[in-house]
Amino acid sequence: MAEARLPTARVRAAHLERLRSLTEAQGVSGDEGAVRKLVQAAIEGQADTVRTDSMGNLLVTRKGAGRARLRVLCAAHMDEVGLMVTAIDNEGYLRVEAVGGLDVDTLPGKLIWVGADRVAGVIGAKPVHLTKDDEDRRTISIDSIRIDIGAGSKDAAQSRVRVGDRATFATHFERLGRTIRAKALDDRLGVATLIELVLNPPAGIELLAAFTVQEEVGLRGARVAAYSLDPDLALALDCTPARDLPSWDGSENTSYNARLNAGPALYVSDGSTLSDPRLVRHFEETADEHRIRYQIRQPGGGGTDAGAIHLTREGIPSLSISVPARYLHSPASIASLADWRATVRLVYAGLSRLPGRWKRSR
Amino acid sequence: MTDDLKSALQSLLKAPGLSGFEAPVRSWLEDRWGPLADEIEVSRLGSLHARKRGAGEEPRPTVLLAAHMDTIGLMVSDVLDGWLRVTEVGGVDLRVLPGLRVIVHGREDRPGLVVQPPTDLRPPAGSNRTVPLPHLLVDLGLPAREVARLVRPGDPVSFGQEPVSLSDDLLAAPYLDNRASVAALTLCFEELQRRKHPWDVIFAATTQEEETFAGARTSAFQIQPSLAVAVDVTFGASPGSPDHKTFALGKGLTNVMGPNLHPAVFAALRDAASRVEVPLVTEVTPRHSGTDAYALQTAREGIPTGLISIPLRYMHTPVELVSLGDIRRAGRLLAEFAAGLAPDFLTRITWD
Repeated sequence: MAEARLPTARVRAAHLERLRSLTEAQGVSGDEGAVRKLVQAAIEGQADTVRTDSMGNLLVTRKGAGRARLRVLCAAHMDEVGLMVTAIDNEGYLRVEAVGGLDVDTLPGKLIWVGADRVAGVIGAKPVHLTKDDEDRRTISIDSIRIDIGAGSKDAAQSRVRVGDRATFATHFERLGRTIRAKALDDRLGVATLIELVLNPPAGIELLAAFTVQEEVGLRGARVAAYSLDPDLALALDCTPARDLPSWDGSENTSYNARLNAGPALYVSDGSTLSDPRLVRHFEETADEHRIRYQIRQPGGGGTDAGAIHLTREGIPSLSISVPARYLHSPASIASLADWRATVRLVYAGLSRLPGRWKRSR
Repeated sequence: MTDDLKSALQSLLKAPGLSGFEAPVRSWLEDRWGPLADEIEVSRLGSLHARKRGAGEEPRPTVLLAAHMDTIGLMVSDVLDGWLRVTEVGGVDLRVLPGLRVIVHGREDRPGLVVQPPTDLRPPAGSNRTVPLPHLLVDLGLPAREVARLVRPGDPVSFGQEPVSLSDDLLAAPYLDNRASVAALTLCFEELQRRKHPWDVIFAATTQEEETFAGARTSAFQIQPSLAVAVDVTFGASPGSPDHKTFALGKGLTNVMGPNLHPAVFAALRDAASRVEVPLVTEVTPRHSGTDAYALQTAREGIPTGLISIPLRYMHTPVELVSLGDIRRAGRLLAEFAAGLAPDFLTRITWD
């Protein structure tokens, strides 16, 4: 039955290839098309229904085996933080604004892909030899950031990029032993989990998979996706910061949020959602039953698509489950492959044992 | 290298060579320079010297063309629960470090990532202040015991971003300071194979310029050249940098004047440039040129020294940017200068 099809903990070459293509794709909030195409290709022919809504959410439904009455929304956002070109100056340098909570301190000295054609650019800095006073000890604000595409003039630049183009860090996916290093692991890890669910849906439920847009700029895609799909309950599959670094003075790090290699992070409460405690308990019990290591994300700020979903219509009981990853919203994040596989297993197992245990409230 | 400068330079940039750890880049250069040289040797402090004998009568004067092959970077200072703390080698720009991909040269080379810990895990620094180097960490994405096995304090860490071609002419990469000049020296070396030159020409790839100029100082002592020209990079025009201290890319090289350089060598470089139509702009350095020229000039009894610089944007960042055309021009100019040195040139260098 369903249990027999519990996804394995093993990482296959196909998994890594999918994570590579998903993380190297550009999908800055509002421009998720490249990621959507990859998802469409990955699930082609496997779903019951597939449609792209008015905002660009990719809404996919698939009934699992048996009587599938419970309608469960699983949401993973396709968008990533990044930059938008706001002006091209006379010398052909690009000015930018941040889209979402990009870590602006990480911009100087990095390689950039600009626009759908991935025009190569770099962000430099005034040489430290020429800085005055403490200029080299101050961070560079977004207003002073310029992308250099080697154009030399406004005309030459305009033939290759346009105002409004999105830009991201130019970071290639890499495997470092049992971890991976890539841009946009937030939330392509969730997207990868959701693809697996569509390809191998848990029995007894109707999976409503929403690959959402604009999470990083206000959970905007999830709001309309949840409205259209009108589920009984919802899971947000996201990525949460692992701030499990050593403290500078050797004191205990008590604000780690989540830890790498400690398994999927279940949310009890964040800045925008109080998770449904029945769902938290259900997934804890599932993890215990299947001996899947998990952790509780430290209650605090931040948020996921659940923040918009749980307030939709008459209200939707919701829970977020995230893969922990270090250094989100920067040129390169690091996540544990074991954490990701454990997340896939936990979500699958938890959904599989929901029917009969979850009472529909309508 | 002449045929495909871009790919040769990309290959040269792959060979690490932090100050004091120049062996990989030296070995790359030995392979390239060996077949071009009459004699090749490695100095006690690791500089590479390659002599091409001249056609003049013995004893022949010698001109030294020197470019430093070492680079700035980081060095492991502490291994801490799987993370590394690092210190700097050469003048490192703190603003470009957070989020920077690096290569940790431990027992094996491994990719690492420089990270800025969250605010509550580092000392309060005030708003808009860069995080001091002792509070940044390097993450290898490996278990702590694996890191402890692979890495020790003192291991060098180099910038890991790959070179990026922005156009046919422009290349961005870490360490074009000073690999651009090393490439120019190599182009000159290749051109001199086809040219007659009265003087002996010695090509030197020097070590430790970014720290103490130790390579240039000791190489000049050992080689005892009659004249020396250092080749380095200078500030390219870039956003936020003052116009009067920077030079446009792709518009030629700078010929440096000031107390650090000999006026007769300056003039000879200028004349050579005009013969081969290489645009040359005068760059003034009122004090220390900040290059190997500073050490060359005062070696032994003193060596008349010149300095040619290639404009480079974003110096000491991981996205240093140069014009390949400028590198070719530097190669051509140096070859013309070296080949054009008349047997009696030294007798014409007089002060009064």
